[in-house]
Amino acid sequence: MNTTIVAQLQRQFQDYIISLYQQGFLDNQFSELRKLQDEGTPDFVSEVVSLFFDDCAKLINNMSKSLERPENVDFKQVDSGVHQLKGSSSSVGARMVKNVCISFKECCDVQNREGCLRCLQQVDYEYKMLKTKLQDLFKLEQQILQAGGTIPQVDIN
Amino acid sequence: MEVCNCIEPQWPADELLMKYQYISDFFIAIAYFSIPLELIYFVKKSAVFPYRWVLVQFGAFIVLCGATHLINLWTFTTHSRTVALVMTTAKVLTAVVSCATALMLVHIIPDLLSVKTREMFLKNKAAELDREMGLIRTQEETGRHVRMLTHEIRSTLDRHTILKTTLVELGRTLALEECALWMPTRTGLELQLSYTLRHQHPVEYTVPIQLPVINQVFGTSRAVKISPNSPVARLRPVSGKYMLGEVVAVRVPLLHLSNFQINDWPELTTKRYALMVLMLPSDSARQWHVHELELVEVVADQVAVALSHAAILEESMRARDLLMEQNVALDLARREAETAIRARNDFLAVMNHEMRTPMHAIIALSSLLQETELTPEQRLMVETILKSSNLLATLMNDVLDLSRLEDGSLQLELGTFNLHTLFREVLNLIKPIAVVKKLPITLNLAPDLPEFVVGDEKRLTQIILNIVGNAVKFSKQGSIYVTALVTKSGTRSPDFFVVPTGSHFYLRVKVKDSGAGINPQDIPKLFTKFAQTQSLATRSSGGSGLGLAISKRFVNLMEGNIWIESDGLGKGCMAIFDVKLGISEQSNESKQSGIPKVPATPQHANFTGLKVLVMDENGVSRMVTKGLLVHLGCEVTTVSSSEECLRVVSHEHKVVFMDICLPGVENYQISLRIHEKFTKQRHQRPLLVALTGNTDKSTKDKCMSFGLDGVLLKPVSLDNMRDVLSDLLEHRVLYEAM
Repeated sequence: MNTTIVAQLQRQFQDYIISLYQQGFLDNQFSELRKLQDEGTPDFVSEVVSLFFDDCAKLINNMSKSLERPENVDFKQVDSGVHQLKGSSSSVGARMVKNVCISFKECCDVQNREGCLRCLQQVDYEYKMLKTKLQDLFKLEQQILQAGGTIPQVDIN
Repeated sequence: MEVCNCIEPQWPADELLMKYQYISDFFIAIAYFSIPLELIYFVKKSAVFPYRWVLVQFGAFIVLCGATHLINLWTFTTHSRTVALVMTTAKVLTAVVSCATALMLVHIIPDLLSVKTREMFLKNKAAELDREMGLIRTQEETGRHVRMLTHEIRSTLDRHTILKTTLVELGRTLALEECALWMPTRTGLELQLSYTLRHQHPVEYTVPIQLPVINQVFGTSRAVKISPNSPVARLRPVSGKYMLGEVVAVRVPLLHLSNFQINDWPELTTKRYALMVLMLPSDSARQWHVHELELVEVVADQVAVALSHAAILEESMRARDLLMEQNVALDLARREAETAIRARNDFLAVMNHEMRTPMHAIIALSSLLQETELTPEQRLMVETILKSSNLLATLMNDVLDLSRLEDGSLQLELGTFNLHTLFREVLNLIKPIAVVKKLPITLNLAPDLPEFVVGDEKRLTQIILNIVGNAVKFSKQGSIYVTALVTKSGTRSPDFFVVPTGSHFYLRVKVKDSGAGINPQDIPKLFTKFAQTQSLATRSSGGSGLGLAISKRFVNLMEGNIWIESDGLGKGCMAIFDVKLGISEQSNESKQSGIPKVPATPQHANFTGLKVLVMDENGVSRMVTKGLLVHLGCEVTTVSSSEECLRVVSHEHKVVFMDICLPGVENYQISLRIHEKFTKQRHQRPLLVALTGNTDKSTKDKCMSFGLDGVLLKPVSLDNMRDVLSDLLEHRVLYEAM
């Protein structure tokens, strides 16, 4: 175990995760999620997060189908989808996604198809962006673990 | 001639001889008759005579002899046959009795003789006992004398009195002519005559200690008879006609304090003895008796003990006097020091006040001046004035603080405060400067860092501010990392051991910067007051140089340690300090894993194995809630619909968490249905908690009306869930987690 490499990686991890918070991709809920990960459940966060992304993909797909034809928009369905998405994103701490969902819901309430489409696009973009970022983060984690170090706890204030 | 039956005596009647025989027989008879009478008379008088019947026998014998002789009187002349017959009978009887008596006497006389020997034996014994008693009496007398002497000697602790009394009493008891005591001189080479009983002695009469007679006496613990002519005994003018009495000398050990060890009774390796010389009166034929010698030896021992007691007492008196003197001196010194400190403090306070007032004026007016219209040169000048006066004000504060720290009159003001908040506030204070210099600051608080601690908040803030401020001040680029953790052991300095006690812990704060770094040779100087490293970089940043010194003092007050590590110039440096803080009893408890507040029943401290049911339509949300509860140790079953929930729920589940996200009423129905399911077994019904994103009163009311036991706001943090669970299980109702 090379301590300098480990320290370096840990520093990198710390900086990266701090930047994610600072840029608004993640909020406090994500750190709560990280707290739940221990020796008994070492992949908890990545599991939840991948479930979330799958969920996102599925919901977005459904919603886009509902919003496809302008004359026959099932806003109820869209609304439920947005609701689900909002719930999921707030559970994992995906801040950007959650914020978009809020505006998405507003559009849905007033049955604004254009607005909904725009939000849908944004949601899609946001979740994909977050997915990439988190994948990088998990990669860093793996590197640290392989080098024999421990994942540092980072307190975000 | 007539024939008569008379007996003719054998011989012719010689008239004179006959007369004499006649008279003798007569007297013999009288004597023989009187002896028994006398015997009877005297035996009757005496009480003890064992052989009475012997007397009778003897008496009979004598009476018969007497009778015989009496009857003999009649046979001198012609006597009839009757008389002859009586005579014969009497003689025969007498013969029988005499023989019997003779035979008996053979038995009796040895007995009588042995009585005599016994008497002789007893007389001897009595004489012997008398002698012995005489001896005992003398011994007892001696003992009494010794006791009395001892009493006299020990009744005083004054050395001179002891010795004088000894001599006097000995002289009296033994009726001595002279008694003298020779003490060793300071050099130990001579014996000096110190005390005598009667005769005046010349001053400084000394005798060398190495005399053979003295060695002889010192060599044994017994009293030794010495010659009256030896130098120690020659105390009075020698005059020929005196026949000097016997002299005895004995050694008196002089024990020192240092000889009294508890473990071994002092071996007499002290070799300091005094010599006591006792002289019997001249011209008396008295000799020293054994018991007198014993008396002398005992007295010598007692004197030794008494003298050492006196010596000890003298020592302790002296020591006590010395201590009293020292006490007085110390007291005086202390009072003087206190006065000095007070004077200094007064001076400082006054000067401080005197200095602050004009300082205040300068700062205030300069700031005001800044607000007015100024030319650029003027503005620059005013800014410089302001900066300088601020610096000066800080300097004054620092000096005052430091002087109070140095003389130990500064005391920490302990209080309970939030450690996490303290760090954040310090960082907030520094952030503006850091942001300007584009130095990001990261704070990393260890998860086991207690939140509420007991300590001096203000001073701790000062320390952290100082260190972090230095990091910011001396860094031009890079970033600053502040780490706080609980340290258990193994600190840098070998003579500083960290022992976490029950309610205390050691906080370690590490501040790493990537700034100019410090030359390792300069590191020791950092904490000395007013010393600054000579590099240009530090010079230009100003500062009084007192900051670190003060921080070090504060850290030391908090029983901690502070040091700086640096890899060299340009490589940044890391400042680390440990301080001891107390753990606050109250609020930390609820934040720690599973430890309940005191009134809680123990079974709710641990959620292990607690069966809960989670109902949530949203998969992600469901998974997160499950993870939360699993982390707390619960056994979680998940369902994704109300029907499934109803099917699965049983009395084994203690809590049911249901996600109520849709505003419709349907979700609340599940609560009613669960209530229905458990109407028969009311007490086995699990607690129902709603998880919702809505926190308004209507939601809460709705929940209550539908029989829910509690409402939780999503998303739930780990700590929140923990509190909620323990509260819930304790009170079986929860409506505060909003």
